[in-house]
Amino acid sequence: MSESSFMSSPDARGHFGEFGGRFVPEALMPACLELESAFRDAWADAAFQHEYRTVLKEFGGRPTPVTPLPRLSERLGLELYAKREDLAHTGSHKINNVVGQTLLTKRMGKTRVIAETGAGQHGVATATAAARFGLECTVYMGEVDTKRQVLNVFRMELLGATVVPVTSGSRTLKDAVNEAMREWVSCVNDTHYCLGSVMGPHPFPWMVRELQSIIGIEASAQLHDMGVGTPDLVVACVGGGSNAAGVFAGFANTSARLVGVEAAGGSAVGMGSPGVLHGMKSLLIQDEFGQIEEAHSISAGLDYPGIGPEHAFLATSGRAEYQAIGDDEVLGALKVLSELEGIIPALETAHAVAWIMKEAGGAIPKGSKVLLNLSGRGDKDVAQVREILRAEG
Amino acid sequence: MKHLEQQLRALRSSGRKALVPYFVAGLTPDWIQHVEAAVLAGADAVEIGVPFSDPMIDGVVIQEGVLRSLEAGTTLDSVCKDLSSLSTHVPLVAMTYYNIFFHYGLERAAGKIAASGLSGAIVPDLTIEESSDWRVACDAHDLANVFIVAPSSTPDRVALLAPASEGFCYASARMAVTGRAADEGDAKRVVGEVRAISDVPVYVGIGIGTPEQAREASMVSDGVIVGTALVQLILDGGDVHAIEDFIGSFRRAIDIAPVSA
Ligand SMILES: Cc1ncc(COP(=O)(O)O)c(C=O)c1O
Repeated sequence: MSESSFMSSPDARGHFGEFGGRFVPEALMPACLELESAFRDAWADAAFQHEYRTVLKEFGGRPTPVTPLPRLSERLGLELYAKREDLAHTGSHKINNVVGQTLLTKRMGKTRVIAETGAGQHGVATATAAARFGLECTVYMGEVDTKRQVLNVFRMELLGATVVPVTSGSRTLKDAVNEAMREWVSCVNDTHYCLGSVMGPHPFPWMVRELQSIIGIEASAQLHDMGVGTPDLVVACVGGGSNAAGVFAGFANTSARLVGVEAAGGSAVGMGSPGVLHGMKSLLIQDEFGQIEEAHSISAGLDYPGIGPEHAFLATSGRAEYQAIGDDEVLGALKVLSELEGIIPALETAHAVAWIMKEAGGAIPKGSKVLLNLSGRGDKDVAQVREILRAEG
Repeated sequence: MKHLEQQLRALRSSGRKALVPYFVAGLTPDWIQHVEAAVLAGADAVEIGVPFSDPMIDGVVIQEGVLRSLEAGTTLDSVCKDLSSLSTHVPLVAMTYYNIFFHYGLERAAGKIAASGLSGAIVPDLTIEESSDWRVACDAHDLANVFIVAPSSTPDRVALLAPASEGFCYASARMAVTGRAADEGDAKRVVGEVRAISDVPVYVGIGIGTPEQAREASMVSDGVIVGTALVQLILDGGDVHAIEDFIGSFRRAIDIAPVSA
């Protein structure tokens, strides 16, 4: 691939370099193929594009602004801007993906969506879009996470969704994905699996990146209009990698450095090796025998032992770099952004803020123009943050 | 033609329906004796399940078996080592998820399992589109790579899968993960679609839980695969005698089935 083609389409079988592809039971292959052709068709259809953009505007709150962060900029000696996905409906970038996938579900003539969720953000977004478009919705959530995120379970139920606690394996996000895949096998005729990140079998990693690329496309135009031009760095947190892929897509073919920030306990690029899980070949955290290990992070949204295959490719090809931030660095960043800029970020997003704070004047030269993708708001996390701060005294 | 397929074609020619039990390797310390008991009671081939942490197409019973086996420390190497103490005349087929082989190294994994007496492999999450490297490794070690055909497989996919499947072709009777069966499924239709394209033996699996279901499936196919019900028996503490009784009841059921066309 030449430099100018970064973040274009994967090959015909969904490969980004050696990563990606399709590793699913044969029972699901026809559904993956159907989805691929439906998405190709829809994405090339001006009427679908128009509907997707209109819904995101009138229902989703787009475009989200780019906000200069003057006080934090001054403290760090940088020129910082935030793309405000926290201001999108349901409080994060997840709405971009689910609006696209629910519109596609209707276009395919299916009447029901299922989804996995970790922290509950993608589950809430899916339940929201399902309500808006009159689709039945079932969300699979690890039993451990249903207890950690009681309020999000209640939100999904308020929105009319059914939440199924998953009791297999480690009872967290990775098992919720397994369970959603298992369920999909038995209801694939009338049900779409609305996957929440740039992961899974082809076409999901590509499709979800395309649906999230609106972040980067908007931000690039907004920075241009503000007279900022191309930033020196674009920084985003990475769980599966959808908000990062979305913002990177607007800058992949510029001179901007692209930086993804993983949770140290779920750092698939830092600690992982090539493997196959959840329908894709990517970088995964696994033991010496190829058994997948659990990720551990203060933020449930980054608690995933893998990373989307396109990120694995961007990492190994050197176009993007991936850094890790430990739990202990996250709360400080959350407090600083809250106190200096009046924005309480999600714990996931706070990882990206923490890396910027840590590397200002180091890996990030003084005076750099930095675009932070502010992937979500922290409201969902305040109870947890309060508890941790209290325990610390 | 791979050795496994020669054997299974010969079995079919003899007029006998194949009975293929599935075991989670390493589920109990005496799992090798369990396999021997099944063979004694009439199994014609055995699926050796190598546990993987994320069994995407398995239901709760096999998940539980896999988890217990992993907790007991089972690895691909330990399974192969255990198999060296197994003496049996029937073919053994590995069944596991792709990451186990991929992580081990495809060529190394194929060599290792072939050297341990396995003559075939079923890798349910390895699509035919992604299978070329693995099949090269299988060819080098006379391992038969078995593909699964599902009720949802379109005619063009059956036309790809059936001729490529070696040893036998696995006809999935249901759109479900292992261990969820209520209806009679699509066995007859799926087997018919495979047979229209290939004369490889066709075995029915997914949701064969009772001797009666096995009998019906065997009437429309060349054999049956029994997994979840057997794993459940072992999870419940069933010993070698219970396994012999269990397999014996399936054997009798499929032996009285009239030979199908
Ligand atoms: C606010 C926020 N940011 C980031 C993520 C991580 O997901 P991804 O890496 O797909 O953007 C999540 C996931 O729940 C989230 O809620």
